[in-house]
Amino acid sequence: MAKHNTPMMDELEKGPWPSFVTDLKRQAEKSPQCWDILGQMELSFKDKITHWKHGGIVGVFGYGGGIVGRYSDVPAQFPGVAHFHTVRLNQPSSKFYNTTKLRQVCDLWEKYGSGMTNMHGSTGDLVLLGTRTEHLEPLFYDLTHDLNWDLGGSGSNLRTPSCCLGKARCEWACYDTQAACHGMTMHYQDEIHRPAFPYKFKFKFSGCPNDCVASIARSDLSVIGNWRDNIRIDQAAVKEYAAGNYVANGGAHGPKSTLDIQKDVIDLCPTGCMWLEGGELKIDNAECTRCMHCINMMPRALRPGVVQGATILCGAKAPILDGAQLATMIVPFIEMDPNNDFEQLVEFIESVWDWWMENGKNRERLGETMQRVGLPTFLKVINVDPIPQHVKEPRSNPYVFWAEEEVEGGFERDVKEFRARNAM
Amino acid sequence: MGYDPENPMKDRITDIGPPHYEQFFPAVVKKNYGKWLYHEIIRPGVLMHVSETGDKMYTIRVASARLISVEHIREICDIADKHCDGIVRFTTRNNIEFMVDAESKVQPLLDDLASRGNKFPVGGTGASVSNLVHTQGWIHCHTPATDASGVVKAVMDDLFEYFTSMSLPAKVKIALACCLNMCGAVHCSDIAILGVHRKPPMVDHDTITGVCELPLAISACPLGAVKPTKATNSKGEEIKSVKVNAERCMFCGNCYTMCPSMPLADPDGDGIAILVGGKVSNSKSAPKFSKLVIPFLPNTPPRWPETVEAIRNILEVYAKDARKFERVGEWAERIGWEKFFEKTGIPFTVKSIDDYRLAYDTWRTTTQFKFTSHIK
Repeated sequence: MAKHNTPMMDELEKGPWPSFVTDLKRQAEKSPQCWDILGQMELSFKDKITHWKHGGIVGVFGYGGGIVGRYSDVPAQFPGVAHFHTVRLNQPSSKFYNTTKLRQVCDLWEKYGSGMTNMHGSTGDLVLLGTRTEHLEPLFYDLTHDLNWDLGGSGSNLRTPSCCLGKARCEWACYDTQAACHGMTMHYQDEIHRPAFPYKFKFKFSGCPNDCVASIARSDLSVIGNWRDNIRIDQAAVKEYAAGNYVANGGAHGPKSTLDIQKDVIDLCPTGCMWLEGGELKIDNAECTRCMHCINMMPRALRPGVVQGATILCGAKAPILDGAQLATMIVPFIEMDPNNDFEQLVEFIESVWDWWMENGKNRERLGETMQRVGLPTFLKVINVDPIPQHVKEPRSNPYVFWAEEEVEGGFERDVKEFRARNAM
Repeated sequence: MGYDPENPMKDRITDIGPPHYEQFFPAVVKKNYGKWLYHEIIRPGVLMHVSETGDKMYTIRVASARLISVEHIREICDIADKHCDGIVRFTTRNNIEFMVDAESKVQPLLDDLASRGNKFPVGGTGASVSNLVHTQGWIHCHTPATDASGVVKAVMDDLFEYFTSMSLPAKVKIALACCLNMCGAVHCSDIAILGVHRKPPMVDHDTITGVCELPLAISACPLGAVKPTKATNSKGEEIKSVKVNAERCMFCGNCYTMCPSMPLADPDGDGIAILVGGKVSNSKSAPKFSKLVIPFLPNTPPRWPETVEAIRNILEVYAKDARKFERVGEWAERIGWEKFFEKTGIPFTVKSIDDYRLAYDTWRTTTQFKFTSHIK
């Protein structure tokens, strides 16, 4: 595999942002197939089109996910990328690594693949980019035996769950996101590795309503930390913010930015449930919707309450096919207890799956099934009582699907009897 | 030992999951798990977390191209070994985070990072443009309408000053998805760069019989534009195939996902749409979708100048006009979308008016509007 002439790629070595081109060239010294990656990429830049063929089903024995097949459509020109399959490694929860483990991955991937990776894929996996079919089984053997590590999901299965870094570094995590993410990942290994669903299914775990893993936008089942008691207030710290001694918004606007509590916090509160009284900050917690704005602004003075758990939302997805959906709030509050293996969460997940696996159509995300049958039906089949929190507003059309048993006397009537009273 | 191709199932290990996260925690995290009290960004790219125990942890956030080599990862490991007791983490937005347990360790780490050329820029915190979430593009994907890594490099070279500073009204999250499948979930980003197709699929009658299940290809179309037909292949044989009603096609590419014999990518047809104003956080306003404001910009490798300029323009008008703490979407909603178009100078076209499902929700049904230059 020879070096190709790549003037457009070379242009992307300039500039202050890290250059993947410089990086590819560096790796090419050890992994010559990287020259062919650059060569094919240059061709795509020239032709303004991809040069990867559609699909290709490859994998390791016994798994239906974790490997994505990929072949070049110009293999004669670029034999080093004739096969270019992706291997998804299930990332450790919240993506902390030690260098011993990372170096093992590097060695493994230099041995069996192109040496190029994505740290990380959109769903969360550590993605190894580009290997040949005959390397898959040996790679999987070494991965499981030497690295004690497994593949993530792909296809119509449970995709690799992911989470925010939670209690490891964040003061706002209302439950242990890593324990939940790892726990569900281990509990559902079969569902991750062997496709049995109508379509993909994603879990994402965020510790608070700031939702740093964007679970509300992209997971079929979104678990977002929440609390149901009062925001904790340190009035001494409130005074420090008022005096300009503490930096605003955790320093997000520079170390010298100070806070005008009335203008920046109280006036921007979406429910108007806060006020200042004799230098003290007061909150009418019953009116609070826990949006996090005041807490984000004053992290040294305000903290989430202590009765903590999570809110579960269902059915988010990107636009393909019927348009994008945000997740719909289904369960306002559940306990998230690692000591009982997140029993309430597991029970909820399985009630959703039991129904969706029976009723979801081929390639239909949960959110689309929910739209097709309607939210009232979805709530009924998963045995959740309807509450006003399920909707932004009540319906404005009167077309209610009354069930026969709800209507006095049922639906069966005698039209002759009707006509005897009401002539045509 | 090792894999035996004669005996592939021998000693097979499956379903062991990922390594347990706890073994990768720095000592200061293990000790203070769940005890963190508050945090402050002490300078762009450097966070300080303070625990109930009085312990402090400093995090240095560094950009990466996401598409990185194992040689680069080894260099990351070298840095982590030297400064961070051999531990490092990655963020959801493809940043690298180096963590140390004392303020005195911060500057030596920053100096080390700065000595390594443009490989490890520090930033992406607070009211900045953080690293781009993006997809594969031409480096690995079979359905893209644009590249990913190249566009990201061009955009971030241009917006670099906003990565390393915190001068914006609020955080700005930019994301790129190279086709409408949106692996990058860009539909809730402050600014979204989206690869789009504009030519209907071709039908390859020579291969369709062998590689496609026709009913799946037909049902893949949300608008019923794919219909069964009889066709003649190059050998002169009459075969069962499909035809595409171009007038109904919305260029989503779902048929190609189901049927490789219906390619729609094209050098002139493909390009980039820009959507703005989405967010995922529940802070202040509810999470919202990004809205389409520029329907098409051409693919112009290697640096996509039209896209780069369009994004800088939106970002700078927002930076100048928005109130403090206002996200892009909150700003656009406060001033009204007609003002958004006026202030940014982006021409409003009929393509920004929804005509797909639930479109009516986006039509204006009030006399409340602003008299902008759009009203002649």
